[in-house]
Amino acid sequence: MNLLIEIGYALASLFLIVNYGLILMGFIQKIVARVHGRIGPPVWQPYINIIKTLSMRTSVSHGIMFYLGPVFRLSGGIGLYLIIPAVYGSVWLQNFSFNGDLILVIYFIFFGMLGMALGAGESGHPFSSMGVTRGLSLTTASEVPFALAVVALAAQHHTLSITDIVAAQQGGFMHWNLVTNPVATAAGMLAFLGMMMHSPFNLVVAPQEIPIGPPTEYHSTFLGLMQSNRAIFASAKLILFMNLFFGGATSIPEMVLKTFLLFMVCIVVGVVFPRFKVEQSVRWFLRVPTLVGLIAIGIYSI
Amino acid sequence: MSDFVKELKVVENPKEDGADQEVLPFSEYYCGAKPQSVSPAAGKIVQKFFNWAQAQSLWVLGFGTGCGAIEIPPLYTSRYDVSRYGIFPRPTPRQASVFIISGYASVKTLKRIIRSYEQMQNPKFVMGLGSCTINGGMYFDSYNTINRLDQYLPVDVYVAGCMPRPEALIAGFDKLKERIKAGRAEGANDYAENLEWYKANQKKVIKNWDMPDYNW
Repeated sequence: MNLLIEIGYALASLFLIVNYGLILMGFIQKIVARVHGRIGPPVWQPYINIIKTLSMRTSVSHGIMFYLGPVFRLSGGIGLYLIIPAVYGSVWLQNFSFNGDLILVIYFIFFGMLGMALGAGESGHPFSSMGVTRGLSLTTASEVPFALAVVALAAQHHTLSITDIVAAQQGGFMHWNLVTNPVATAAGMLAFLGMMMHSPFNLVVAPQEIPIGPPTEYHSTFLGLMQSNRAIFASAKLILFMNLFFGGATSIPEMVLKTFLLFMVCIVVGVVFPRFKVEQSVRWFLRVPTLVGLIAIGIYSI
Repeated sequence: MSDFVKELKVVENPKEDGADQEVLPFSEYYCGAKPQSVSPAAGKIVQKFFNWAQAQSLWVLGFGTGCGAIEIPPLYTSRYDVSRYGIFPRPTPRQASVFIISGYASVKTLKRIIRSYEQMQNPKFVMGLGSCTINGGMYFDSYNTINRLDQYLPVDVYVAGCMPRPEALIAGFDKLKERIKAGRAEGANDYAENLEWYKANQKKVIKNWDMPDYNW
C-alpha cells in the first residue's frame, strides 16, 4: 500500500513538472518573440508540437540504439527530476531525495546525453556525430565549474543531500547560499548558462548550425519523446539550481516564481549575447567560471 | 537501374579491424522497400484531432529550391512572423512536414527535391510557390527546368505569382490548413499509391538516375 502511494505521488509529481515545463517553454518562446518585435507562437504551441509529432503515421528506425537513444534521454530527465526535492517539506513533491543524491544528480545530468550520443551515432548521419561531439565537449566543460560549486557547497554544509542543503537555507533571504556562499553561487550560475543550452551556448541544437545537431535523424514519435524530455529536463535543472543556491521552495507558487526568474537569467543572457563556437565556449568555461569555482573551494579548505 | 547502381565499392570493414570489404552501396546503405499508403488513425474524432494538430504545427523544410526562397526569410522575421500561426522552419527533412518548392525547379534540383521529399514522413505536404511550378512561368521553354510540378510530386497548394509576396504565402498556408483539417491533404498516400506513374515521369527528365528508386 505504501509503495502504491509512493508511485502515485511520483506520477502526480511528474505530471505537474511536464505541464509546468511545457507552459514555461511556451512562455519563453513568447517572451523571446516579443524581444525580437514579433507576436510569437501561442503559449500552448509546445503541446500542439508534441501531439503533432506523436500523430505522424510513419517512422524509420536505424537500429536498436536509435530506439533507445530518446528512451535513455527521457529516463535521464525523469531520473534527474525524481531525486530532486521540488518543494521542501511537501509530502508528494519531496520526490525520492536521499542522502548523497547530489552525486547521483551530477551523474544523471550526463546520463541522458550519453544515451543520446549512442542513439544519434547509430543513425549514421555525419551531422549527428558532429553534433554529439560538440554537445559532449560543451557539457563536459560546463560540468567543471558546476562540480566545483557543488563541492564547495558540500564543504560548506558538510552534506551531499540536497534536502539538507535546502533545510540549511531556510529562515529567510540571509540564509540562502546566494548570500552565505556568493563565490560558489557565481561559479554555479555561470555553469548554469551552459547547462541550459541557451544562447550563447546553444551551438549544439541551434537549427542555423549544422542542421540541429544530434537529433538530425530523429522524427515522429522519437522526436515527441525528446520534446517532452526537454520540458522535464529543463525544469529539473531549474529546480536543482533553485535548491542549491536560492533557498529552495516551500510551496508550489514559490517554486514557480523562483524557477521562472532563474530561467529568465539565461533567457536575458541569451537574447543579448550572440552564439559562441564550441571551442570558444569550452575555453570560456575553463577560464573564469573554473577559477571562481576553485576559489570557492579554496575558501572552505583553509 | 543504371550501371552506377550495380557498381561494387571497396570500404573499410569496421568489424574486422579495418579489413577491406566489397559492398553494393545501394543495397547496403538504403532500404529497398517501397512506400506503403498508411490510412489515417481510426475513429473520426481522433482523426479530426490529429488533423487539427498537424495543421496547427506546420514544420517547413529549410530548402530553398529556386529564386522564390528569397520570400521565405521575411516570413519568419518580425515583419510577417508566421510563428504566430504555428509555422516553423525545420532544418532536416526527417522532421519537416511541409515542403515549399520555391520557384523554378531545374532538373538538377528536382533530383534533390525528390530525395528530400521521400525522406519526409507521412503525412507530408507540398506547396508550389510561384508561376514556374504551375506551368513553367517565364522558363516555360527552358531546356533544364520542369514545367508542371504536380507531374513529379503530389502538390497540395499552389501560390501563383512571380514572385508572390509573403502575404500570398500566408494565404497559401491558410488554404493548406483548411485542406489538412478537412482531411484532403493526403499527398503522401497519393504518392505511395501512384509511385510507378510518378517515377516514370521523374525518370523521363532525370537522365543520370544514380540513386535508388525510393530514398528512405
